Amino acid sequence: MAFPHRPDAPELPDFSMLKRLARDQLIYLLEQLPGKKDLFIEADLMSPLDRIANVSILKQHEVDKLYKVENKPALSSSEQLCFLVRPRIKNMRYIASLVNADKLAGRTRKYKVIFSPQKFYACEMVLEEEGIYGDVSCDEWAFSLLPLDVDLLSMELPEFFRDYFLEGDQRWINTVAQALHLLSTLYGPFPNCYGIGRCAKMAYELWRNLEEEEDGETKGRRPEIGHIFLLDRDVDFVTALCSQVVYEGLVDDTFRIKCGKCHGPLLGTSHMAGLVFNEIRNEHFSNVFGFLSQKARNLQAQYDRRRGMDIKQMKNFVSQELKGLKQEHRLLSLHIGACESIMKKKTKQDFQELIKTEHALLEGFNIRESTSYIEEHIDRQVSPIESLRLMCLLSITENGDARCSLDTHYGPEHLLTFSNLRRAGLLTEQAPGDTLTAVESKVSKLVTDKAAGKITDAFSSLAKRSNFRAISKKLNLIPRVDGEYDLKVPRDMAYVFSGAYVPLSCRIIEQVLERRSWQGLDEVVRLLNCSDFAFTDMTKEDKASSESLRLILVVFLGGCTFSEISALRFLGREKGKREFIFLTTAVTNSARLMEAMSEVKA
Amino acid sequence: TTTGLILFFQSGRPLGAGVRLGMGLRMNRTKGDEEEYWNSSKFKAFTFDDEDDELSQLKESKRAVNSLRDFVDDDDDDDLERVSWSGEPVGSISWSIKETAGNSSSSHEGREQLKSRNSFSSYAQLPKPTSTYSLSSFFRGRTRPGSFQSLSDALSDTPAKSYAPELGRPKGEYRDYSNDWSPSDTVRRLRKGKVCSLERFRSLQDKLQLLEEAVSMHDGNVITAVLIFLKRTLSKEILFRELEVRQVALRHLIHFLKEIGDQKLLLDLFRFLDRTEELALSHYREHLNIQDPDKRKEFLKTCIGLPFSAEDSAHIQDHYTLLERQIIIEANDRHLESAGQTEIFRKHPRKASILNMPLVTTLFYSCFYHYTEAEGTFSSPVNLKKTFKIPDKQYVLTALAARAKLRAWNDVDALFTTKNWLGYTKKRAPIGFHRVVEILHKNNAPVQILQEYVNLVEDVDTKLNLATKFKCHDVVIDTCRDLKDRQQLLAYRSKVDKGSAEEEKIDALLSSSQIRWKN
Repeated sequence: MAFPHRPDAPELPDFSMLKRLARDQLIYLLEQLPGKKDLFIEADLMSPLDRIANVSILKQHEVDKLYKVENKPALSSSEQLCFLVRPRIKNMRYIASLVNADKLAGRTRKYKVIFSPQKFYACEMVLEEEGIYGDVSCDEWAFSLLPLDVDLLSMELPEFFRDYFLEGDQRWINTVAQALHLLSTLYGPFPNCYGIGRCAKMAYELWRNLEEEEDGETKGRRPEIGHIFLLDRDVDFVTALCSQVVYEGLVDDTFRIKCGKCHGPLLGTSHMAGLVFNEIRNEHFSNVFGFLSQKARNLQAQYDRRRGMDIKQMKNFVSQELKGLKQEHRLLSLHIGACESIMKKKTKQDFQELIKTEHALLEGFNIRESTSYIEEHIDRQVSPIESLRLMCLLSITENGDARCSLDTHYGPEHLLTFSNLRRAGLLTEQAPGDTLTAVESKVSKLVTDKAAGKITDAFSSLAKRSNFRAISKKLNLIPRVDGEYDLKVPRDMAYVFSGAYVPLSCRIIEQVLERRSWQGLDEVVRLLNCSDFAFTDMTKEDKASSESLRLILVVFLGGCTFSEISALRFLGREKGKREFIFLTTAVTNSARLMEAMSEVKA
Repeated sequence: TTTGLILFFQSGRPLGAGVRLGMGLRMNRTKGDEEEYWNSSKFKAFTFDDEDDELSQLKESKRAVNSLRDFVDDDDDDDLERVSWSGEPVGSISWSIKETAGNSSSSHEGREQLKSRNSFSSYAQLPKPTSTYSLSSFFRGRTRPGSFQSLSDALSDTPAKSYAPELGRPKGEYRDYSNDWSPSDTVRRLRKGKVCSLERFRSLQDKLQLLEEAVSMHDGNVITAVLIFLKRTLSKEILFRELEVRQVALRHLIHFLKEIGDQKLLLDLFRFLDRTEELALSHYREHLNIQDPDKRKEFLKTCIGLPFSAEDSAHIQDHYTLLERQIIIEANDRHLESAGQTEIFRKHPRKASILNMPLVTTLFYSCFYHYTEAEGTFSSPVNLKKTFKIPDKQYVLTALAARAKLRAWNDVDALFTTKNWLGYTKKRAPIGFHRVVEILHKNNAPVQILQEYVNLVEDVDTKLNLATKFKCHDVVIDTCRDLKDRQQLLAYRSKVDKGSAEEEKIDALLSSSQIRWKN
C-alpha cells in the first residue's frame, strides 16, 4: 500500500516559502549587528536552523565562529557576540554570566540576543535583575513554522507539552496564534474551523483577536486551505502512548527522529530520502522487508546491466544513471541497517508480547494478564520509561478498574515523576470503593471549605478522569474483524496499530469533518470532558473553491505522532480525495511524553 | 531480564531507576469474554521473532546491497550529501559547531587541520559573497533577479507592507510614552511585545483588572508579565489571597517561581494555600540540586516529617535509609578496592560509585560484590532485602542476574533449591523457569547449565520452544520422545550437525521399536 502521487489529489500549498521567510528574517537580524561576530546557538535550535540555512549563509553575513550555548565560559575573542536562543531563564543567566565576567575584566563588547520564536517578559526581568539590561540588545526571530515535509509543519517546541499540560503555563498560545496568523496571511483565510480542547479554544480565540486587530490583511484573499482543526494532546493520550508499528513511527521510537533527521540522515524529507523512504514511511512494518528486498533486487539488476555494455553505453550509464543508483544504494543500505537494528532491539525486548499486552489494554480484555505482564516488566527493569508508559496506558484505559498502588521504589526521584503524571492526567489513580461517590464526597467536603479555589481544583481533578472505554465503544475504535487483518491492504486507520485500534484523535477528526460539525457527538465530547471546549466556526460567504475544501490543516497542540500522521494520510486518500496538512508543536512519541514528565535538577 | 543493571556496570553511567510496583485490581470481565478474545486470530499478523522469514529476507537484501558496495564506493567525489547513522551532514551548522567546540582550545591548529581535510572543503573555502543579498535591501524595494523568488513575488497578492514595518525596527525600540492606556489596551500592547509601563496601575482594583484582562486574553507571557509587576508591588499575603481565587494566574505564578528558582516564595505560597503535599514535594525536590552525598542525606532527613501522602512518606524514609547505606558501602568498598587485597574488586573493578543509585541497582551491586556476607552487615543482600522489604520475585531476579554475570553457577543453583521438612531438595523459581533460562542465556551460560533449567520449565510447549531457541538438543530430543512425536523429531534431525552425537541419538530413537509413536 504505497502512496504514490495520485493525480486526483489536491495540490498542497508551497510551504518552502516559510523557510525563505525565516531565513530572510534571520539575515536581517544578523545585519542589525554589522561587522564580524561570533554566534552562540542554543542546542535545540541547531537542527531547525540547519534546515533553513547553512554555514556559508551565516558566513556571508559576517558570522565568524559558531558556538553552542552551554554552561561553559566563552572562549570567543570576537568584539561582537550574538546569541540565538529559546526564551529560557537558564539562557539568560548564562548570557548574564558572560557579560558580567567581561565587565569585571574591563572588557567592552557588543552583545545581541535573538530570541526564537519570541522573547518572554520573564527573560527580560532576569536580564534586568542581573544588571545587564541595556548592555545587550534584544530581538525576536519569529521562526515558528518549520516545514519538515510537504505536508508537515513543526513548531519544534517540545516544551509546549510540559509547559501547558503539566504546568498550566499558556506562554506558547500566543506563538501558536501568531503562526496561524502567518499561515492565513500567506495562504488565505480558513473558511471552516473546528477544535476541541481548552488550549485549542484559547489559541483559536487569540488568533481571531489578532486577525481582527490587523483587519484587512487577509480580506479578499481566496482561501487555499478549506478547513482547520485544532486538537489538544490531552484529548487523546492513549494513541500517543502506544508502541508504533508504522515504519516512520517505529524508526522514531527506536532511533528518535530529530527535526526530520535520524542522527544524521534526513529520513523525513522527500528530497533527501527520495523514493525509498516515501514509499514505506506510512507502511506497517511487516511490509517493509518485502519492499526493501524488491528494491535491492531491482538495484542489483540495474547494476548488472552494465555487463556487456560497450564503451559508449558505459559512458552513458556512468554519466546518466550512476548517480541516481548510488543515491538509491546509500538509502537502501541505510534502511536495511535501520531495519536490522530495529529487529535486534525488538526481539530482545519481547516486542511481540508487549504489543499483545497493549492491544489487550486497548480492547479492555484480559486485564489481569496485562497487569501481571506490566508488573513483570517493571521487575525486570527493562526500561523505566517503558514501564511508566505501560502504567499510564493501563491507568487511562482502565480508569480506576485497575488501581496502581505505586508502592515502592521506582528510583527515589520518581516520586516526583508520579506526582507530575497524575497532575497531567497521564496517571489516573482512583481511590478504592465506588469512584463516583468518592469524588462526590470529596467535592461536598470542599464546598463547606472557605477556599473557593479548591473547588475548581477538585473539579479539575474530576475532569482528568478518563472515560476511554466508553469513548472507544461510542466511536468504534476497536474494529470488529473476521479472520486476519490484511496489513498489506488496510481497510481503515486501524492499520497503523496492526488493525487493533483506530487512533482516537484521528477518529474524532474524521467524524467532525464528515458531519462538518460536532452534531451527534455530544456524548463523546462530554466523555472527553470537553463540553465547553468543542467548537466550530464557519464563514458564511462562500469563496472557497472546491479544491481548497479538500485540504485540511490539523493542528496538534502538545505534539502528534508519526502514527497519527500516517493514519490521516491514509484517511485523506481513502475518503474523497482529500489531503491533510499537519501543524504540530513538535513530533512526539510515548518516550518523549514520559520524559517530559520527569524532574531533573535545576 | 536485567539489561538495565548490566548497562550500569558496563558504561559506568547511572541508570534510570530500580522499579517495583504492586498492583491491585478489580476484575469485571468474564472468563468467556477473554477466551473469545484470545482465540480470535487477528493478533497473529506479524511477529518480531528471530526465526521469521522476514528476517532472512532482510539478510538477503543486505547481501545484495553489500555486494554492490565495492562498485559504488570506488569514488567519493560525488556531490551527494554525506550522511551516516552517527553523523550530521558534513558542512551543516550543527557539524560546524562541533568543530568549533573541538578546536576552541587550539583554534589555530584546528584551522590548519580543517583545511587539510578534504571533506571539509565546504568549510575551508567559503564562497565569496558574490551578490550579498540582504533583507534590508529587499525592503528598499529592489529584488534580486534570477532563481530566487523574492518575498514580494511570493506574496504578490498580499501587500508586503505587513512584514516590512514589523521588521524595519526591532520591537523593543517601540517606546510607549503615553500614560493613559486602559488595562485592555495595555495588555494588548504587552502581547505585541512592546515596552509598556505598568507603574500607573497603583490601586489594587486597577492591578486586578489588569490581571483579569491578561487572563482573558490567554497569553501566558502577558499573564506572567503582569504577575511580575504584582509580585513587586503587592505584599505577598495580598498577592496570594487574590491569586487563590484566580487559578489560571496562580498556575502561572507557581511555574514562574519554579523557573526562576524562588523556592522560598514558592513554599510560602503552598503554605498559604494549604497545599501541604505540594509543599512537601516541592521541598523534597530540592535534593536534586545537592551534589554532596552527606549534605544530601542530611537534607533528606529534613524531608522525613513532611506531610506527604502515607505512601510517599514511606518512600522518603526509604530514600534516606538507602542513601545512608550507600554512603557506608561506598566508603568501605572504595577502601577495599584501592587496597587491592580483595579478589572480587581486582577481577571486576567498579565502574561507578553506588551513591544515589536506585534500590534495585544497589541490590544488584550487593549481590555482585557482597553476596556471601552475613545478614548482619549493611552491605549484605539479605540485609537489604529485609530492610527495604524487597519482594521475593524482585530479589531472585536481581540475584540471578548478578550471579549469572559472575558465572557463579553454584550460587544460581542454590538460589532455586529448597529443602522440605523431610530434607528432600526441590527446585523452585518464583519468577518461572522460562525467565530463568532467558536470563541465563543473556549471560552466556553454557549449554549444560541452560539445559538443566530448560528441563525445569513446566509447560511442554514453552520448554520445547526454549530448548529449540537455545539449541539444547538433548532436551528437544527427549521431549519429542516423551511426546511420542515422531514427525517433530524427524524435522529436528535436520537442525543438528551431521554425524554428531545428537544425530546418532535421534536415529537410535527413530529406529527404536520400543516407542509407540503417535504419528
